[in-house]
Amino acid sequence: MGLAIALVITLITAASVYIFAAHVWWLPVDISTHGAGIDRQFILTLVFCGVIFVLAQLGLALFVWKYRDRGDKRKVTYSHGNNRLEATWTTAAAILFIGLNLMGYRIWANMHFTGAAPGALQIEVQGQQFAYYFRYAGPDGKFGPLHVDKVDDATGNFFGLDRDHDPDSKDDIVTATLGIPVNRPVELLLRSKDVGHSFYVRELRVQQDMLPGLEIPIHFTATDEALKHQNGRYEIVCTQLCGLGHYKMRAFLQVMTEADFEKWLQQQAASQ
Amino acid sequence: MAEMHAEVAHAHHAPTNFISKYIFSLDHKVIGKQYYFLALASVVVGIILSVLMRLHLVWPDVHIPWLSALSPAGAPGGVMTPEYYLSLMTMHGTLMVFFVLTTAPQAGFGNYVLPIQIGAEDMAFPRLNMLSFWTTFLGFVVLMAAFFVPDGPPLSGWTAYAPLTAIGSIAGPGEGMGQNLWIISIALFCVGSLMGALNFIATTLDLRTRGMKMSRLPLCVWAWFITAILALLSFAVLFAAAVLLMLDRVGGTSFFVPAGLIVSDRVLSNHSGGAPLLWQHLFWFFGHPEVYIAILPGMGITSHVLSTFSRKPIFGYKAMVGAMMAIGFLGFMVWGHHMFVSGMSPYSGFAFSVMTMAIGVPSAIKTFNWLGTLWGGKIRFTTAMLFAIGFVSLFVSGGLSGLFLAQPAVDVYLHATYFVVGHFHLVMGVAAIFGMFAGTFFWFPKMFGRMMNETLGKIHFWITFVGVYCIFMPMHFLGVTGNVRRYSTFVDDFLKPLIPLHEFMSIAAFITAGAQLIFLFNLFWSMFKGQKATENPWEATSLEWTIPSPPPFDNFAGKHPVVYHGPYEFGVPGAAKDYIMQDSHETVPAT
Repeated sequence: MGLAIALVITLITAASVYIFAAHVWWLPVDISTHGAGIDRQFILTLVFCGVIFVLAQLGLALFVWKYRDRGDKRKVTYSHGNNRLEATWTTAAAILFIGLNLMGYRIWANMHFTGAAPGALQIEVQGQQFAYYFRYAGPDGKFGPLHVDKVDDATGNFFGLDRDHDPDSKDDIVTATLGIPVNRPVELLLRSKDVGHSFYVRELRVQQDMLPGLEIPIHFTATDEALKHQNGRYEIVCTQLCGLGHYKMRAFLQVMTEADFEKWLQQQAASQ
Repeated sequence: MAEMHAEVAHAHHAPTNFISKYIFSLDHKVIGKQYYFLALASVVVGIILSVLMRLHLVWPDVHIPWLSALSPAGAPGGVMTPEYYLSLMTMHGTLMVFFVLTTAPQAGFGNYVLPIQIGAEDMAFPRLNMLSFWTTFLGFVVLMAAFFVPDGPPLSGWTAYAPLTAIGSIAGPGEGMGQNLWIISIALFCVGSLMGALNFIATTLDLRTRGMKMSRLPLCVWAWFITAILALLSFAVLFAAAVLLMLDRVGGTSFFVPAGLIVSDRVLSNHSGGAPLLWQHLFWFFGHPEVYIAILPGMGITSHVLSTFSRKPIFGYKAMVGAMMAIGFLGFMVWGHHMFVSGMSPYSGFAFSVMTMAIGVPSAIKTFNWLGTLWGGKIRFTTAMLFAIGFVSLFVSGGLSGLFLAQPAVDVYLHATYFVVGHFHLVMGVAAIFGMFAGTFFWFPKMFGRMMNETLGKIHFWITFVGVYCIFMPMHFLGVTGNVRRYSTFVDDFLKPLIPLHEFMSIAAFITAGAQLIFLFNLFWSMFKGQKATENPWEATSLEWTIPSPPPFDNFAGKHPVVYHGPYEFGVPGAAKDYIMQDSHETVPAT
């Protein structure tokens, strides 16, 4: 029985490590400037945890096999513990765990502790049951005010703009696809119209909840890598359970060259 | 303190009729069994729900005729809708977290075993004990009722995030009466747990028999005691949160609902000033300690069983107690790691992250000490021992993936993917359930006076152990690819290549779920036909093994045991046998 359990634990360990190490299922392509840092921290954590995983599981396997009761006269090691060992592994675990965490600190700080770079393209993102809409400020660079009472999904006024009375709203562009230029910092202002939603683009290594009553800014820059795959088109999916249609709440991110982006934006403006 | 308890504890007499003996019983042993069977009923429903979900995920068109009878709207013609999937998922999570993982390990085994292990005749407050069970039972009935209301069960997940849950049926089917019932059920569960927690704390502190110093408590008693403190502090907060949520729904308040919400093209003008993040803070202030409420009793049982069947003292008793205290203490400071992407301040995200990594330290200490206990032992592979070894393996696997999610920069990618689902199922779900299986096989002889069948037990162990790894380890791979959770269909293009892996997991889930029938058969068959158990079939040392199996009504037949030793005196050099009971006069060399 000891041998059997040792073998099974060893097999499970080997299979798990192999699948991770061989990248059988692996991270999708990274299309953002900050994504490399996240991926590096992920891999570092994977190696770190992988070593502990293998040592702990194989240690367990070895001990249950080696110290099985063979019906002989061997006496057990009568020991209530060892304080020096306790102190050693407590200190080691504390240093390793906290150290690993601090190594990832800078990535998080760069994503959140500072705002977007000056001149970043601002886009407002609105989540609602079960769609995303995006608003660009237009040539004047200003977002017009929103009016709750003007919201009307039937006429396509998802944000509640009053284009007749608010001069800033006149040139606002509302789209159902998130078009962004490559290599230019983008700042998204995330909001929700009804319940909690989330904005997740796995290739962008970005995930952020959207909550009613809050405007949450996030920023990123798409790299040239984005244009090389999937024609620059990536799925945006909702990861916050938002009601019965949650599973079909999605939109697309379209990364374009600067010139294509300007052209696209003009086309969108024309169709408002 | 410990000596003056006897009269107080046993104010009630042996019951004489069926109702007072088995239904409204004041006996901690009967109440412990009641909790155990409530958890068993819940886990059966919970597993059926997960089988239905795994079926729907890979064969969305499959016909399940009886499902349409249960919910004509949720499964028209027996084919489950994606919306109904969310409802089943919500009910699965709620049942498993509350009525299984919180109920059996703590209230079930704790109730049955704790008073006997400390040498008491009953819990400190037997009537409160009965009341806490029946309150919990009522909570279960109310939750089950949600299956049968016209709109169906809630579909907001076991976390019930506001404002989806705070605005009523306008948010969608299931958010009406179903969500009301969910909140009432949870509030009742909180009340039951609070009463139970008070009872456990008072019992452990006041009813220990002579010589049962805190430093001689079995580690499972320590685990139940610390868990009770966690439950007292966290369920009180969840109860308040549930009341506020209910008030938002029916009382016109706006604790969690901000102004200007537009749902289905309608402005909700009757709400303003609330904060959705407040719900998340309150919920996770409970929700994270809850994880430890589920797992600490399993840790205690595992420690107890590992030492008993290694025939060796537990390695680092004080370190084990200290680690559990540290887990309990730190467990209240890490709730924000569930909220890294919620919109909470990124600075507090960093602080929560450091605390979360810190809580990994006592978890590591426990693992080291379990390995230290096995080291140099003479391991007897009973089924209870196999499940305890399985617990250690699963705890390591599931615990380590927590190190990824504890780092906000990594969590940004993995949050709300299957990586999270794999992580918490392994560590708080399956590991805790292995703790329950270990406890069942270990204490069954005491509880029912008969032995469980070891051959069936081992077959059940092997299928379950391999099965759960086949189900939950691949979830980590899915998470790495970015497979989001809480999706009933693969509408998103990037998910479609993952379907074969999902099929593998579903098949593993069906086999593993089927294997649980072996356990159920073994449990009920052994109850009536199992071989009669002796007083101490495992040659264990704690006080429950000094009395007949099953114990008499007042446990120690009017006597008060006196304790001379710690609970893990195995393999003592020079001793007559390879173990020394806690109440034995034999001397043990100073350590």
